[in-house]
Amino acid sequence: MSNELHTISIEEAQARAERADTALREAAEAAGLVDVGIGTMPSPVGELYLAVTRKGLACIAFEEQDRDGLERRFAQELSPRVVASARATDAVRRQLDEYFGGARHAFELDLDRRLMSPFVEKVLGATAAVPFGEVSSYGAVASRIRRPNAARAVGAALGTNPIPIVVPCHRIVGANGKLTGYAGGLDRKEFLLHLEGDPTLFATS
Amino acid sequence: MGTRTPPPFERFLSEHGATVMRFLVVAVGSAHADDVYQETFLSALRAYPKVRDDGRLDRWILRIASRTAIDHHRRVAKGPTPTPMPPDRAVHDPEPLDDGLRDAVAALPAKQRIAVVLRHVMDRPYDEIAEVLGSTEVAARANVSAGLKSLRERVG
Repeated sequence: MSNELHTISIEEAQARAERADTALREAAEAAGLVDVGIGTMPSPVGELYLAVTRKGLACIAFEEQDRDGLERRFAQELSPRVVASARATDAVRRQLDEYFGGARHAFELDLDRRLMSPFVEKVLGATAAVPFGEVSSYGAVASRIRRPNAARAVGAALGTNPIPIVVPCHRIVGANGKLTGYAGGLDRKEFLLHLEGDPTLFATS
Repeated sequence: MGTRTPPPFERFLSEHGATVMRFLVVAVGSAHADDVYQETFLSALRAYPKVRDDGRLDRWILRIASRTAIDHHRRVAKGPTPTPMPPDRAVHDPEPLDDGLRDAVAALPAKQRIAVVLRHVMDRPYDEIAEVLGSTEVAARANVSAGLKSLRERVG
């Protein structure tokens, strides 16, 4: 009896479930049940992974970052309703495409800062004030947040930026104009600054 | 080990989607499986932020799938009775008729059908079937054996 009732195999069920998941995700979005919409997009700095909540863009990750780990963090700190959603990530993808195409110098996106500690949020707030085509130094950011001796802590905080590119931590360079560190790798930092016209510290401050 | 936040929903879906689909294809029939699948996971998603991960989320989702399947059968069975719900658009779609067994399974009362499928397709223990049906373990066993008995009579 039990064998006769096995009407579809696990493989068939898997394939059919995956097809049904597409409609499910759309229905979930329509019902307002997606708290963290995730998606990916191609870019000149490799595939980008995006996470957007009702408050705004919460996370951008480069392709080598651990997405499972990030999603577990979203589940803990934002909501476990983490669902792939083209609609939720659409505006972000469009603006990033414009940025990489040279047509956009400033992002107009709401940000969800819940993945930043209070100190990191302060540092990144000061970083966001550095416009396209300019750079600033770790020390200058430290002074701006009234912690003039905290240049190293500023560097560490920038390294945890959950929203790189849009929150432009790549615009913070060493006092000598050297690129020093970047969580996404120095190649990407160089690429982004080149895209923005190779600003130098001496030309702007 | 305490209870904790459930995994990201996408991960939960990829872990349990195939099992739920396999269950539903037999429990409600192939023609209705996709609809009931979606209804099942939307119910799960609605409750998701409040669920605690006790390591048995497989049981939790199968319970939701079973209840959704039973509700589906009640709606279909009571087709002519006026209900406040909009009529199930799939009610009048003919099910693909594979063999006598599938017809016989489809003809079982909802609880018997779910009980038989849980026991003999999903290999679930009787205590879990009882939990899903909201009955005692004795009643769950009775549902399975009554279901099997009428299947044997119909299929011969």
